[in-house]
Amino acid sequence: MLKVETCCKAYRVGAFGGSELLAVHDVSFEVAPGEVVALIGESGSGKSTIGKMILRLLRVTRGSIVFDGGDISSLQGRRLKEYYADVQGVFQDPFSSYNPIFKADRVFAMLRHEYFQGLSGAEWQSKLEKSLDAVSLNPADVLNKYPHQLSGGQLQRMLIARALLLDIRLLVADEIISMLDASTRIDVLNLLGDLKSRGLGILFITHDLNLGSYISDRTMILRSGAVVELGATQRVFGNPLHPYTRSLLASVPQLHKTWREQEAELGAAPPGLDDGGPGAAATGGKLVEAEDDHFVAAFSGDGAGAPR
Amino acid sequence: MSVRVDGLKVYYQTLHGDVKAVDGATFEIADGEIMGLAGESGCGKSTLGKSMIRMDARMRYVEGHVDLDGAELPIWDDSKMNAFRFREVSIIPQYALSALNPTRRIGTMAAELLASRDVPVDTVLPELKRRLRLVGLSEDVLERFPIELSGGMKQRVVMVLSSILDPSLLIADEVTSALDVSTQRAVSELLVEFRDRGFVKSMIVITHDLSVLYQIADTVLVMYAGKLAEKAPAETVVNAPSHPYTQLLLSSLPEVGVRYSEKRLTGIPGRPPSLLDPPTGCRFRARCPLAFAKCADEPPFAEVGAGHSAACWKVAA
Repeated sequence: MLKVETCCKAYRVGAFGGSELLAVHDVSFEVAPGEVVALIGESGSGKSTIGKMILRLLRVTRGSIVFDGGDISSLQGRRLKEYYADVQGVFQDPFSSYNPIFKADRVFAMLRHEYFQGLSGAEWQSKLEKSLDAVSLNPADVLNKYPHQLSGGQLQRMLIARALLLDIRLLVADEIISMLDASTRIDVLNLLGDLKSRGLGILFITHDLNLGSYISDRTMILRSGAVVELGATQRVFGNPLHPYTRSLLASVPQLHKTWREQEAELGAAPPGLDDGGPGAAATGGKLVEAEDDHFVAAFSGDGAGAPR
Repeated sequence: MSVRVDGLKVYYQTLHGDVKAVDGATFEIADGEIMGLAGESGCGKSTLGKSMIRMDARMRYVEGHVDLDGAELPIWDDSKMNAFRFREVSIIPQYALSALNPTRRIGTMAAELLASRDVPVDTVLPELKRRLRLVGLSEDVLERFPIELSGGMKQRVVMVLSSILDPSLLIADEVTSALDVSTQRAVSELLVEFRDRGFVKSMIVITHDLSVLYQIADTVLVMYAGKLAEKAPAETVVNAPSHPYTQLLLSSLPEVGVRYSEKRLTGIPGRPPSLLDPPTGCRFRARCPLAFAKCADEPPFAEVGAGHSAACWKVAA
């Protein structure tokens, strides 16, 4: 369905945009219908940049993003509008996704104005209620309210409901759980799982390895804009091959294992401290297939892959 | 007993009335103890931490006592507290990453900070440099501006500055939340090292992340809606929690290896009550699967085992 091919993004940096920063470097992957692909990386790894390029919020510098056989970079006008009927994004901070001056339902009204002008009031209402129901929200609880009257979890679910109104086929979920409290975030995560079983493809962008491993079918680990490991989630987490993936996994705080126990299990080096000096990691090498559906970037044995 | 908090109540003043953010907290922290303070957003954990060093303008001290090393902290008196701040009680604030003055070099800022407490910078400088090296920073950072440092580096600078006068109590408010996992681990382990080296006597580590506390804390205090829910050694809280809230919270946390398709976790239905007009009795009652008639009375925060207290009728019974 979605195919990202050797995609690069360079940002202009410096006083007059004189130099380039390569934020995403030759990234390729696919998302199939009903598949959740987790894009995991630390800050600055380019994970959000990839999401924004898929949503056409940023231009691709090199490479291509293909949706249903068509390159999205050339879409304009009506064709672009049709693309957005298939692909939508939900972002990290639900509070800043709404205009605080207007009621929260304005996001639905705008959608109706753009895409569903032909629907009668009653038809629209039942469609809206159906999609709110799909994200387990009670319409009476959330309609006609201002954003500050709703909880973060409710706002985030309304944004997902908004995307569902369009019968989208791909959802770009950029850190949508990170702002939510522990007791409610799992419900939003389960919701994504339910949507996936209905055939929705999801690109789940996160820095949290626990969340990624819980929900995704395939996992991609990014580092400094390049893919270091890619494959079926069980394989990547069950048999991490790249030293960077291992040290990431060893650093995740676990509830029943101490850091030392994990480290011994994974045979990983403890994370180093960044002293601000040179030594920012060179981006990864070519991906090689280590086992069935499990690719890993080439690395030299001696800590070239050690974290910064 | 290094820190002793007794019946502390701190409310927020709003136009609609008092928000009872900390509503009767009683607990102790031993010398050398790292106490984790956990809970969801709005449960009062940051308020409790902040009230022990500085109340902001909206916070109102209602009642209760905080004793540090046998002497009472005058937490209701902003100017009297100055004698204790930085020397006896110090804080690594929630937004430590923005706590550094962007217009000052780190060294200049440190000197100004020390001067404000009448500490000549020369007496502290060698120790400051030594501790910066200990946390993996070269002493050159003193010549740099905050913008030149990464998030993890800024966090370590603030840690060193906050604890440079060897306070008896250090309050670390969400210090690892904004960091990447590998930096988070390194910073967390430094907190433990600061305690081990005696830079600080005891520590309160405030976070919403129980798995970080399991790694570094000796004891964990769980708060819910302004009240204490449970306090126990970290091992007990994680492996044998007694309060239903702690149990449900832990069961909703995904771990690496737990997968949606194999084991579906569930959250806690409902939301915490408003603290503007909290319900009487147990505040977790409306969301608790074990609630029964007696929960309409407030359960005491009572000892249920060695070093283990919980506020729940089902546990006490």
